[in-house]
Amino acid sequence: MTRLLSTREEYGHALVRLGERSRDIVVLDADLSTSTCTETFAKRFPDRFFNMGISEQDLIGTAAGMALAGKIAFASSFAIFLSGRCWEQVRQSVALPGCNVKLVGTHGGVTVGKDGASHQALEDIAVMRAIPALAVIVPCDAVETRKAVEAAAWYDGPVYIRLTREKLPVIYPDEKPFRIGVGGVVRQGSDLTLCGIGLMLHECLSAATALAQEGISARVIDLATVKPIDEDLVSRCAAETGAMVTAEEHSVIGGLGDAVGEVLLRRRPVPLERIGVRDSFGRSGDPQDLLRYFDLTAEAIVAAAKRALARKQP
Amino acid sequence: MIHRAQSGHTGSSLSCIDLLTCLYFAELRHAPFQPDWSGRDRFVLSKGHAAPALYAALHRAGYLTERDLGRLRGLSSILQGHPDSRRCPGVEASTGSLGQGLSIAHGMALALRAHPERPRVYVLLGDGELQEGQIWEAAMSAAHYRSANLCALVDLNGLQIDGAVARIKGVQPVAEKFRAFGWHALEVDGHAIEAILEALAAARACEDRPSVIVAHTVKGKGVSFCEGQVKWHGKAPNDAELARALAELEGGAR
Repeated sequence: MTRLLSTREEYGHALVRLGERSRDIVVLDADLSTSTCTETFAKRFPDRFFNMGISEQDLIGTAAGMALAGKIAFASSFAIFLSGRCWEQVRQSVALPGCNVKLVGTHGGVTVGKDGASHQALEDIAVMRAIPALAVIVPCDAVETRKAVEAAAWYDGPVYIRLTREKLPVIYPDEKPFRIGVGGVVRQGSDLTLCGIGLMLHECLSAATALAQEGISARVIDLATVKPIDEDLVSRCAAETGAMVTAEEHSVIGGLGDAVGEVLLRRRPVPLERIGVRDSFGRSGDPQDLLRYFDLTAEAIVAAAKRALARKQP
Repeated sequence: MIHRAQSGHTGSSLSCIDLLTCLYFAELRHAPFQPDWSGRDRFVLSKGHAAPALYAALHRAGYLTERDLGRLRGLSSILQGHPDSRRCPGVEASTGSLGQGLSIAHGMALALRAHPERPRVYVLLGDGELQEGQIWEAAMSAAHYRSANLCALVDLNGLQIDGAVARIKGVQPVAEKFRAFGWHALEVDGHAIEAILEALAAARACEDRPSVIVAHTVKGKGVSFCEGQVKWHGKAPNDAELARALAELEGGAR
């Protein structure tokens, strides 16, 4: 039986553990601490938690100032606001000076659900990936979230971590190692490679199982660090399997699919199919209905895998 | 500096140089030969385009060499067109995109409030810059957190790129706006050294609120053909203009 755990609750617990280890850890939020789960830290360390109110630009600048004064500052809001409302503050105040600000955006993707398009970040990976020196991480379960948050804290420089609202199945054991910039093979296979992040990694695993029943051996890799992407892993999988599919709960423009495509173009051109939201806004609905509506499913990945295989060089 | 680079913000630098002089040579507790001393007071130039004024102060204070000044805005120079904290010693924050420095300074103030040396954080804002919404987000935050170790200075020179601030989008009454936000606000002549020093002392004495010193200044101060002229906002002098400006500035120096 697969356990479902909330990645944002795990984020809150990880912050508390970090706070216990270092007095330099501070946490800021913009009036969403109950949703982003930074509230867990706020209750434990009220003197190191700063609610900046509904003002994301000030949130980022304040976090930058704290980092410049020696703190490790975690700043949270919903992914859409954290990446969109204050993008230029992230660029100018955080990334350009290389501040130790760790941006954690929760509620990424369409599975925000009923709140609809205004609250569904489908462009955040693209716009954050465009900022130089900013690491972008999309964990796929609670264990990877905990490890990513810890790795981000001790990483020298700015990091953006994208989490989801929905609980996700736990696929990793507690001892799973995590390093920023290093991907991993989750399932072995030889005919093609499915690359997933976040919730869509689980759909990749389901798709691989379905493909196996048809005699197709699909490798599945976790590219949680979208930037800097694990170029060696991507090009090695391209060389060994000859075709790739990417899957992300994000626009096909500028996200994981393009990040993988950029590597393939330079190092190992092979057929690539991208699963993601096709240049449109989200909408209201139940998370599961929305995933089906936007073709963010194992079935869509299976179909894409067959298209990629059909284009594969014999 | 600006003349050699043939690029830079002359008028905007001259309007705030008296404020910077008071800060760097009377008010700030800092250690130019140990720039990362954690107990130092911080200064953030939110109106980053006045970088030449900051670089001049940092040079006089001992952070920069004459050679550094000669390479303003050059490729691989530590003196970037707008201040870069990663490249230039003594520069506390990277600025240039207006409206962001007050939040950064306030973040520093919050982070330093329990420091045993009780460092203070100073930030210089332009008056046109007050049109940025983030300034008022930060003004609200600093008052809410009662960050008394934060002192903002407004270089109220009345001009922005497209013309008079009052005509483009008026920001007055600045002191009253800050007071309404919960700040301790003072107004001074931004070229009267004694008055500036008194205001800084009064700001330091205020222990329950952040302070703002609204400094009435003249853009291009000290150079007759620059004073009050919008066109000198971001223009470099030619050889003749430089000679005349230096003669006027040196002649006017007390």
